[in-house]
Amino acid sequence: MTFIADPIPFMVNLLSQVMTGWGWSATLIQVVLFILGAGILVIGAMVFTTILIWAERKIGARFQDRLGPNRVGPWGIFQTIADMLKIFTKEYITPAGADKVPYNLAPVLAVAAVLCVWAVLPFSSTVFGSNIGIGLLFIIAVGGLGEVAIIMAGFGSNNKYALLGAFRAVAQLLSYEVPMVIVLLIPVMLSGSMGMNDIVLAQKIPFIVLAPVACAIFFITSIAENGRAPFDLVEADSELVAGYNIEYSGLKFGFFFVADFLHAFTSALVFATVFLGGWQGPGATTVPILGFVYLLLKTILVYFLMLTLRFSLPRFRIDQMLNLTWKILTPLALFTFMITAIVNKVLPPGGNLFRIGGLLVANVVLWLVTNWALARFIKRRPRPVVSGPRPVAIGVKRSVPKDEAAQ
Amino acid sequence: MTHEWLYIGIFLTLAMVIPAVALVIAGVLSPKKPNPIKNSTYECGMETVGSSWIQFDVQYYIYGLIFLIFDVETVLLFPWAVAYNRLTLFGVLEAVFFVLILAGGLWYVWRKGAIEWA
Repeated sequence: MTFIADPIPFMVNLLSQVMTGWGWSATLIQVVLFILGAGILVIGAMVFTTILIWAERKIGARFQDRLGPNRVGPWGIFQTIADMLKIFTKEYITPAGADKVPYNLAPVLAVAAVLCVWAVLPFSSTVFGSNIGIGLLFIIAVGGLGEVAIIMAGFGSNNKYALLGAFRAVAQLLSYEVPMVIVLLIPVMLSGSMGMNDIVLAQKIPFIVLAPVACAIFFITSIAENGRAPFDLVEADSELVAGYNIEYSGLKFGFFFVADFLHAFTSALVFATVFLGGWQGPGATTVPILGFVYLLLKTILVYFLMLTLRFSLPRFRIDQMLNLTWKILTPLALFTFMITAIVNKVLPPGGNLFRIGGLLVANVVLWLVTNWALARFIKRRPRPVVSGPRPVAIGVKRSVPKDEAAQ
Repeated sequence: MTHEWLYIGIFLTLAMVIPAVALVIAGVLSPKKPNPIKNSTYECGMETVGSSWIQFDVQYYIYGLIFLIFDVETVLLFPWAVAYNRLTLFGVLEAVFFVLILAGGLWYVWRKGAIEWA
């Protein structure tokens, strides 16, 4: 029964008992268990990406009225595995004049940066990697490493397109980090801790209810941090060929691909943990395995929302994108932060319903004011029209040329 | 507390080592037939003109500078946010004024046209 309710600590206990039987010291057992756990998590995350890539391709195909992968295995399930096997045996083409060290280090760093976020995430009430006191700050810091990887890739490739992609990465990823970090102060404030476990435990009521505006800002910025559509300026195919990863081939390209998909899923995971209550749900503390299920369901919901946006919106222009973050999201994040701080302090402590109501009203007012300000201050210049509207083909009377009529 | 950071250290090492090992294995398995044309810079079949170290717009640099200011600010605010529940209203208002000064800075930068994409 313990095994079914809570398999992972059960296995850990069993293993440590076996190793104590071998006469190993407690420290050694701890280190071995850490290495095992971290190894399983790292490899598991990368294997999980194969399912993720298949799911995203299939769902994306359905959005766009296509079939998607459907040849390899039932519903094309083994398509990604076939792709991986192929990419594993592809030649590395290193461009002449490439800066070898950043060029080769970039794909490794891109994957490692995303994987490291998993080290501090709590997966259920008993299973969490590391309960460090600064978990959220660690996630932000490690997320920044991914940007370094992109810049290294663009810089080391000796290619103009790659370098342009890296420039855009600097502008986009740095700019969107500002509102994201400000907004992440709100969950820290409400829970009184930066540890991911404490943040989850503090969410008897998910923070999406207490801070919906912050939640929306975090959602938008985390999509932008991924660099996927509608914010895929970093690797805009039609403008920069492929952006920073243009000169990569074989498994080096494969790792950028894996990092991209894993990053999207990881930001959905962080969103679910920070704003949707993580593993919290009915019965999750007594039967810890349920926590996994709740977390996975919440994450898949957020991920599906991201996919919906990805496959239905066109790409932003770079000035629109930067205006969105610097002129709308950053001021809004600053004001959300200030208002949440004041309202939460002014409202009497204890009265839970009262507090939720107060914060909700504050957020709704904030949202209405933003809407009003946007409508008031954003001037919609009419675009210059180059030519008149095109004639519609159907029903237009066409004068028949004379020689055609004669035949 | 130490063993939490030990786990992070092990995790960081493994997250770097496992992809690196996979890259090396794939490098051993994959064919190696380089030639000058294959290794030339990829620009959709065009001959590369000039150095690939192109000049870049100063605007990127300005965004980087503004980002730095805001990032340092949030680093200062995170300890405050952890202590939030123990603060009085005065302590909260102090931080709010701090953020307001920064909002003023953002407004100044905005008026100067530094966050305008030229």
